[in-house]
Amino acid sequence: MIEFRLDPTSGVATYRQLADQVRQALRLGLLGPGDQLPTVREVVTSIAINPNTVLKAYRELEREGLAVGRPGQGTFILRSLLSASPADQLRMRKRLAAWLAQAQAAGLDERGIRALVDSVLDAGVGAVEDIA
Amino acid sequence: MTAPTALDAHGLGKRYRSGWGLQDCSFRVPAGRVVALVGPNGAGKTTLLQLAAGLISPSKGTVRVLGRRPDDPAGKALPRVGFLAQDQPLYRNFTVKDLLRFGRHTNPRWDDAAARRRLDDLGIPTSRKAGNLSAGQQTEVALSLCLSKHAELLLLDEPVARLDPLARHRFFSTLMDVVVAEEITVVLSSHVLTDLERVCDFVVILSASKVQVAESIDKLLADHRILIGPRGEPPWSSAIGTVVRASHRERQTTLLARSPAPVLDPRWDVQQPSLEEVVLAYLEDPSIDAPQTLEPLEAS
Repeated sequence: MIEFRLDPTSGVATYRQLADQVRQALRLGLLGPGDQLPTVREVVTSIAINPNTVLKAYRELEREGLAVGRPGQGTFILRSLLSASPADQLRMRKRLAAWLAQAQAAGLDERGIRALVDSVLDAGVGAVEDIA
Repeated sequence: MTAPTALDAHGLGKRYRSGWGLQDCSFRVPAGRVVALVGPNGAGKTTLLQLAAGLISPSKGTVRVLGRRPDDPAGKALPRVGFLAQDQPLYRNFTVKDLLRFGRHTNPRWDDAAARRRLDDLGIPTSRKAGNLSAGQQTEVALSLCLSKHAELLLLDEPVARLDPLARHRFFSTLMDVVVAEEITVVLSSHVLTDLERVCDFVVILSASKVQVAESIDKLLADHRILIGPRGEPPWSSAIGTVVRASHRERQTTLLARSPAPVLDPRWDVQQPSLEEVVLAYLEDPSIDAPQTLEPLEAS
């Protein structure tokens, strides 16, 4: 079982902080398939936050296929977060290099590229699709 | 299906000798929410809560708690509503034990075991007089009593103003536990939004005696954007929506807008505002109303 903590000064939405801590625990192997996440009641009493915030974080993990909610029992981890396979990583890297060349050709410098990547990451894939 | 209504007002106003304390307020809070009632001092937060708690009567319009007027002739509304007053929430000359007995005799749904357990947890001796407790302890005792009433709607006026950080954490932790366990609705007022932000999922913004915004925090944040771009050159091909706040520098304009269309103009940067930024923007200009979805008042 993991214990959540909050950084009120981080500027990161509370539900995202919770979801990030679960993902981090999955990457570090502190949580694995079958493990139960703290119940909503446990989380709200330990860090004094709104229950919907916990539900929102858990729903996000469920959407990603990382966890599953079982009515009356709680939320359980479905799979671990192993990083992508070496072959997948190589493929992504090649595509990214090609994209980088395009960005430079369009006149973006390194800072501009980082800002663009950050803004897309912050907005989320859905938001980018909305614009397109 | 929409959730039942915990608190709603239609054209609600309260006139004091000195003028309107609350004017033309219409809003609805669905059941099960934890509501931040925010606004500057003197905006009418206490007036609104006292009207809902039936301590004062409206000069105009109506307010209903759990679907009934506080002065419901059958007396069915107030036993289900808990109210925590801002100052002096307890009778000073009563001991904690007296307060327990008072609670037991005046509240039909009183849970004495829960009340004793909560006071035990706080470590406050029941022989003490309320007036001799610290301000923070008084608030904690008052909350314990309020929770033991088994209310479905809690109205808490500036509950954490007098609590130190540890007591504040304990207070919110207890409150959130009850929210999960009993699915109650809570309205907490404060002039410091950051005190409430992490426990609330609904916000009512009150300024200059009027309700500007009453909606879920998720929706409020999803509907607002900060747009930063060149002054005097609005983003092309984009409707900006309702501008809540605009500030201009020599060459740059910063807008906080409600429901802008997606901005494609690369000269304009779009950012997500924090709840505090949105609330402050509304409070800076009390003339701006957010559109509110109101259900018609059924005949009663």
